[in-house]
Amino acid sequence: MELNTYQQQAFEYQRPNIEKFGKRAWFWTIFYLLWIVVGGYALYLQIAKGHGVTGMRDNVVWGLFIVNFIFFIGISYAGAIIAGLLHLFRVPWGKPIIRLAQMMTIISVVVGPVFILLCVGRFDRLHHLFIYPRLQSPMTWDVLAILTYFVGSVLFLYMALIKDFAVYRDAKLNVPKWKQKLYNALSLGYRGGASQKRHLIVSQNLLAIIMIPLSIIVSSILSWIFGMTLRPGWHSTIFGPYFVLGALYSGCGVLIVAMWVYRKMYRLENYFTNRHFTYLGYIMMVLAAGYGYFTFSEYFTSWFGSERWDSEVIHKLFDPSEYGWWTLFANLAGILLPILIVAIPKTRTPGLISLSAFMMVMALWVKRYLIIVPTLETPLLPMQDTRAEYVKYTATWPEWALTFAGIATFLLFFTLMSKFVTVVPVSGLEETRTQHEQAQDILKKDKVQPA
Amino acid sequence: MKQEEINDKSRRDFLKTAAIATLATAACGSLACSCSSKQKAATGNTVKLLSPEGEIVEIDSAYLNHQEHMAIVSKLEARQGIAGKKFVMVVDLARCKNARKCITACQKWHYRPEETEWLTVKLIKDSDKGAPYWFPKQCFHCDNPPCVKVCPVDATFKRQDGLVLIDNERCIGCKFCMAACPYSTRVFNWNEPEQPLDIKNLVYSAETGLPAKVGTVEKCDFCPDRAREGLLPPCVEACPNGVFYFGDENEDTVTNGDETVSFSQLIKDRAAYRYMEELGTKPRVYYLPPKDRQFPVERGYEDLPENIKERFKDIMEEKKS
Ligand code: SF4
Ligand code: SF4
Repeated sequence: MELNTYQQQAFEYQRPNIEKFGKRAWFWTIFYLLWIVVGGYALYLQIAKGHGVTGMRDNVVWGLFIVNFIFFIGISYAGAIIAGLLHLFRVPWGKPIIRLAQMMTIISVVVGPVFILLCVGRFDRLHHLFIYPRLQSPMTWDVLAILTYFVGSVLFLYMALIKDFAVYRDAKLNVPKWKQKLYNALSLGYRGGASQKRHLIVSQNLLAIIMIPLSIIVSSILSWIFGMTLRPGWHSTIFGPYFVLGALYSGCGVLIVAMWVYRKMYRLENYFTNRHFTYLGYIMMVLAAGYGYFTFSEYFTSWFGSERWDSEVIHKLFDPSEYGWWTLFANLAGILLPILIVAIPKTRTPGLISLSAFMMVMALWVKRYLIIVPTLETPLLPMQDTRAEYVKYTATWPEWALTFAGIATFLLFFTLMSKFVTVVPVSGLEETRTQHEQAQDILKKDKVQPA
Repeated sequence: MKQEEINDKSRRDFLKTAAIATLATAACGSLACSCSSKQKAATGNTVKLLSPEGEIVEIDSAYLNHQEHMAIVSKLEARQGIAGKKFVMVVDLARCKNARKCITACQKWHYRPEETEWLTVKLIKDSDKGAPYWFPKQCFHCDNPPCVKVCPVDATFKRQDGLVLIDNERCIGCKFCMAACPYSTRVFNWNEPEQPLDIKNLVYSAETGLPAKVGTVEKCDFCPDRAREGLLPPCVEACPNGVFYFGDENEDTVTNGDETVSFSQLIKDRAAYRYMEELGTKPRVYYLPPKDRQFPVERGYEDLPENIKERFKDIMEEKKS
C-alpha cells in the first residue's frame, strides 16, 4: 500500500498505539476484567439460584437488563447511521471519526444482546428461537433484525478496515508474529489496484446504503416490543420514531465522549479537532431539540387526554415521591443541557460539549429506565399484593454488578480494539484529499502537521 | 400429516408416556406402594407398553395405575385441544364473598405454593362513589390473546377448544407474554419450584402443567386434563357459593356443580359483561354484575389473615370513612 505524505504522517503518529500495549492499557484492561469477574459471579448466582436473585417479579418482569439492552443497542444503531451518512455524503470532516462510530456500532451490538440473554429465564433454550420460530412475534422480528444488523455492521466496519490492514501489513510493524499474520490475513491481499479499489468502494457504498435504513428498521422493531403491548406509556404510535431518535441522540453523545477520551489519551488533537466537537455538538443540539419535542408530545398528550392508566403513569413520572426527580434529571440533563451548552458560544468548547454529552448519555439511560419500569409498575388491574418486591422494582446487586460488567466489557473492547487498529483511519484520509479538493481547503486550517 | 398418522403417533406417544410415568412412579415408590398394598388380582387382560429402553413390555391391566396428572394425550393433541368443545366460564359477582376456597383448591390441585395465585380475588371499586365488590379472576383464555401474539417460540398457544395453554418445555422465559397480558394473569417461576418428588417425576404435559419448570411462565389453564375426564375445575367445585359456572359454549350449557343452566340465557338474563372489553382481547370469561349481592363486602374481609387483609386495607378503610 502506498501512502501519501499526510497519510504517512497520520500513520507514523499512531504507530506506537498499535505497536505497544502500554502500562496504562494493562491497567485499564485489568480493571475492566475485575468488573467482569464480579459480574461473572453475579451471573453464576443467577444461574444457580434462579432469577429470584434479581429484583424482577411478576409485575415488573423486565428491569435493568432490558434498560441496558435498549441503551447499548441504541448506541449501536446511532453509530451505524452516523458512519453511514458520513460515508455516503463524503463529508470531508467526517473521515477521521468514521472508524470510531463504526467501532461503537460493533461493540455495542455485541454487548447489548447479552443483556437480553441475562433477562431470559431459560437461556439454555435459546435455540428454540430458531427451531420453533413464530414470525408473528415482535420478539422474533427483533432477533432476525439484530442478527442481520450484526452481520451488516461487521461487514461495514471490516470493509472500511481492509485498506488499513494492508497498511499495517506493509509497515513492518514491531509486533508479535501472530499479529502480523492476522493483519496479513485480514487485508485479503489488498494492494490498492484499480479494480480492488473500485470493488471496495462499491461494497462500502452499498453497505452504507443498507445500514442506514436497516438501523432505522431495527430500532423501530425494538420499540415495538413495547409499543405492541396494551400497556399505558408503551402503547403509543410515536414509539418507533421516538426510539430511533433516542438511539441517534444517545449514540451521538457517546461518539463525542469517545472522541474526547481518545483525543486526550493518544493526543489526537490534529485529527479530532475542535471543529469536530462543534459540528457534532450542532448535530447533538438538533437531535436534543427533536428528542425534547417527542418527549413533550408523549407526555403532553397522555396528560391532556387523562385516560385513567395514562394519567397514572404520568403521575408516577412527575410525583417527587416516585420518579419525579429522575424525570427532572432526565429532561434537564438529557435535553436542556446539551442545547444550552452548544447554543451559547462561550460554552461551546470541546471539554464542555463532551461533559454535556456525557451527562446526556447518563440521562438517556435514566430515561430508558423511566420508560420501562413505571409502566410495568402500573398494571391495569390493581396489584393488591403485599409483597413489597412485587409492587415496586428495586434492582438488586447482581443486576447492578452485571450492568457494570457490561459497561466494563464495552470499554474493554474499545481498549483492545484501539490497540489493534488505529483509531483514526489512515488510508481513509487519502480519499478525502483526492476526491474532494475543494473540501480540502476548508479542512486545511485544522490540518496542522503533527508535532 | 394424515389423520391415521396422527393417531398412530399419538398412540405411540401415549404408550411411551404411560410407561415412563409408571416406571418413574415405581422408581420413587410412593404410588407403586399404594398400588401394591391393594394387591389387585391380575385380570388376564394385558396391555402392551413401550419401556424407556424401547422394548415392548406386556403388563396386566390391573397393575396399571391410573394416576392423576398423568399426561394422557400426546403433545400434538395437547396443542390441538378437545375436539368439538369451546370452554367458557361465567363468574357471578353477586355471590362472591371472598371465601377463597377456590384459591386453595387451585393451588392444591396444581401443586402451587401459597404465594402463587393463578386465581386471585381482587377487591374492585369501579368509581369513587361505587361500592367495592369481590372480583375473582383467573386467565380469561382470550379469543384474541395478546400473550399468544407475542410469544416468539409458540410456547403459549390458543387451542381449538378455546383454551390458552403454555408449553413449559418450550418456553424460553422471555416474559414478553407477561408484559403483553393486560390482566396480569401470568406468573413466573423465579426460583426452582418446590414440588413433591412424585410430581417432579411426572412426564410433563402442557395439559397438566406438571411438573412446574423454573424460568418459565405459568398461569390458570382451565384444567384441561380434568375436562377430558368430564370433571369440573377445582375452583368451580370448591366454591361454597356457586360463583363459577364452567361449561361448553357449543353445547350452550354451563354448570357451577349445583345447577346447570343455558349459557346464552344466563348471560342474557343477567347482563353479563367481559372485563375490559375495550381492549379487544375477547375474553372467554363472562362476569355477572354484582347486583343484589348475597353478602355484604365486609363478610369477605373481617376474618382474613392479617397478611391478606393488608391487600384490601386501602379500599376497605376508604369505604368506612
Ligand atoms: S387473560 Fe392474559 S394470559 Fe389469559 S389469555 Fe388473556 S392475555 Fe393471555
Ligand atoms: S415467556 Fe415463554 S410463553 Fe411467554 S412469550 Fe416468552 S417464550 Fe412465550
